[in-house]
Amino acid sequence: MSLITLADPALLAGTIDFNISGVADQFWQLTVDGLSYGAIYALVAVGYTLVYGVLRLINFAHSEIFMLGMFGQYVGLELLGFAPSGNTYAEGTLMTIVYMLVALVIGMLVSGGAAVGLERVAYRPLRKRGAKPLIFLITAIGMSFVLQEFVHFVLPKFVHNLGGTNPQQPIKLVEAKPLFSLFGAPVTNVEIVIVLAAIALAATTEILINRTKFGRAIRAVAQDPDTATLMGVSRERVIMLTFLIGGLLAGAAAMLYTMKVPQGIVFNGGFILGVKAFSAAVLGGIGNLRGALLGGLILGLAEDYGQILFGTQWRDVVAFVVLVAVLMIRPTGILGESLGKARV
Amino acid sequence: MSEATKVPVAPTPPDRPRGVGDSIRGWWGGLSRPAQWGFGVPAVIVLGLLALFPPPGLDTPGTSFGGVMAQFAMYALIAIGLNVVVGQTGLLDLGYVGFYAVGAYTVGILTSPNSPFHSSSGFFDSKWAWLACVPLAIIITAISGLVLGTPTLRLRGDYLAIVTLGFGEIVRLLADNLGGVTNGSLGLSAIAYPHLGESATHPGGYFSGGNLGDTHSGNLLDRANSGVWWFWIGMLLVIVVLMLVGNLERSRVGRAWVAIREDEDAAEIMGVPTFKFKLWAFTIGAAVGGLSGALYAGQVQFINPTGFNVINSMLFLCAVVLGGQGNKLGVIVGAFLIVYLPNRFMSVNVGGQSLGDFKYLFFGLSLVVVMIFRPQGLFPARQKLLAYARQVYRAVRRPAAAAEAGAGA
Repeated sequence: MSLITLADPALLAGTIDFNISGVADQFWQLTVDGLSYGAIYALVAVGYTLVYGVLRLINFAHSEIFMLGMFGQYVGLELLGFAPSGNTYAEGTLMTIVYMLVALVIGMLVSGGAAVGLERVAYRPLRKRGAKPLIFLITAIGMSFVLQEFVHFVLPKFVHNLGGTNPQQPIKLVEAKPLFSLFGAPVTNVEIVIVLAAIALAATTEILINRTKFGRAIRAVAQDPDTATLMGVSRERVIMLTFLIGGLLAGAAAMLYTMKVPQGIVFNGGFILGVKAFSAAVLGGIGNLRGALLGGLILGLAEDYGQILFGTQWRDVVAFVVLVAVLMIRPTGILGESLGKARV
Repeated sequence: MSEATKVPVAPTPPDRPRGVGDSIRGWWGGLSRPAQWGFGVPAVIVLGLLALFPPPGLDTPGTSFGGVMAQFAMYALIAIGLNVVVGQTGLLDLGYVGFYAVGAYTVGILTSPNSPFHSSSGFFDSKWAWLACVPLAIIITAISGLVLGTPTLRLRGDYLAIVTLGFGEIVRLLADNLGGVTNGSLGLSAIAYPHLGESATHPGGYFSGGNLGDTHSGNLLDRANSGVWWFWIGMLLVIVVLMLVGNLERSRVGRAWVAIREDEDAAEIMGVPTFKFKLWAFTIGAAVGGLSGALYAGQVQFINPTGFNVINSMLFLCAVVLGGQGNKLGVIVGAFLIVYLPNRFMSVNVGGQSLGDFKYLFFGLSLVVVMIFRPQGLFPARQKLLAYARQVYRAVRRPAAAAEAGAGA
């Protein structure tokens, strides 16, 4: 049906526009915006890619880990004494940075803890039973349901004003305001913070994976779990560490995302972002750390250009089309698969 | 006993005791075709009457039991269709709701006054419009399955799952964004339905949503509300589809599906054209999904994109996985659980919250628990000889039964 209607240009008039001049006019603006989105996707994508590299498992519930991170930083800010007032707080630069760092850490801890818990509760029993890959995926879908609905219905029963059907009123510490302009496009403070934080976190992860003992263990298990075990690497510990790193990064991404899109804190707010981050991981080459970072940035850009080119209502379609296209044409992604084969 | 007849006795390993399910299966398999019909037809009639006279404990307070049963019939169709793809062929399809949507939107676009393709004087405004649309919906959905399957089925396992998820979501976004055709998020209303039994007491016919049923009437046809009527037609379609799918399962196609599910590479090496048969499974599954969508569009007479969220795909998958992948009767029970339980507990409140609202939480939990402790589902499919199953089974069973009887005496 869809294809027949797609072939009829008369029906598409007004639903898809090919606004090429719009993209050309706002090119730098879109690039800046796209990069800041892309940085967030990249951080979440690392979680998918690490778990896939080590376990050959698509952690479908990772989007919910991200969602819990959004709630985590919200609770963190509430604990610091802030309330969702709708207005932006003005605390002075230094205190704002301190408060945001605290919220960031709390969000990361919530997400990291949830990721490790998820692995313990859902995936470890399956591994012990030697389940088939599809069983892992179905379990992941089930856990994704459970976490979403927990926040949807159970959490508001125990904690007043948290969770529930409607998006959480945001706590805003920083108002986005342009600091300087890049080729005529204003660059806001929020975008700078997002990109800098993402670069710092990505670099830390890169060093952790490629330079440290833990990273070597992760790469060894990704390359050959049996041999790694024989060499004295504890596979269970590596898996836990992998989930922890993925969760921490998702929590950080959640904090950055709420700065960018303050109205997204809701029980199903992770799903679409999760699919996009997964698309980013596949685009860069799933199982490949640098691939996830690259894929995230490219997807963020593609989405921003796409939403002007085709119309904003098609924004979410871009990620799906990219995902499907990459899997059709080059399933190994831009940089190729495998964490194990990454350079030492 | 000769060597040739000994071999097929193997399916139940000696260390596993034969459960109730196995003995029922054995009893049913031992009956002749006419005897099976003799038991099957009354059972179906009893089930049909059950919707009309709900037993007190089984009733759904707060909602029409007939309506719940109608929804169950629709989900049963979906579960059977998805079972072909997931259970029998082993292709995890997370975008099945897309086919359901295509089926529903085919009927909607052709018959709703909100769509540009509808003309108030044409054939699709007549009494027969819904019936004419059903085969069209099946054909168009099957074609869409073919079109989506051709590129995607080159992928395997979890990659396939994610791509189908993407396609399912794209279908919904298309329905949302192609406002010129689908009326966007406002949806299509006043969709055609079967105009059967129009009279002074039933101005819209039996299938109209306005038919609330006359609970004091002695005439069963008048007593039934629209939900019960839709359940009856749905049950009829379930039986037809079950027979078709059952025949496919016992044929060369079904054996190819099982071979692909168990080991795709081995199947390919043994000369099974795996891609072709995967495409067949995808297309047939899509067609059944389209049929169910057409049923839904007719019953509700209103469709909009939010009814085809990806979360529905998960619910469908839940029906198949809980029921038992590959067991077509099991997945029907799975569909019943998925539809019935939330409606049964809708009016039960816990802490000011309807228990029906927790359905995704419970189904998510049950997915996890089932996957960890009983990955084959509540009613697992038994591996059995598919080729000439009936003849071999009889030939083997008779001497075995005779021997058992002899030992018992």
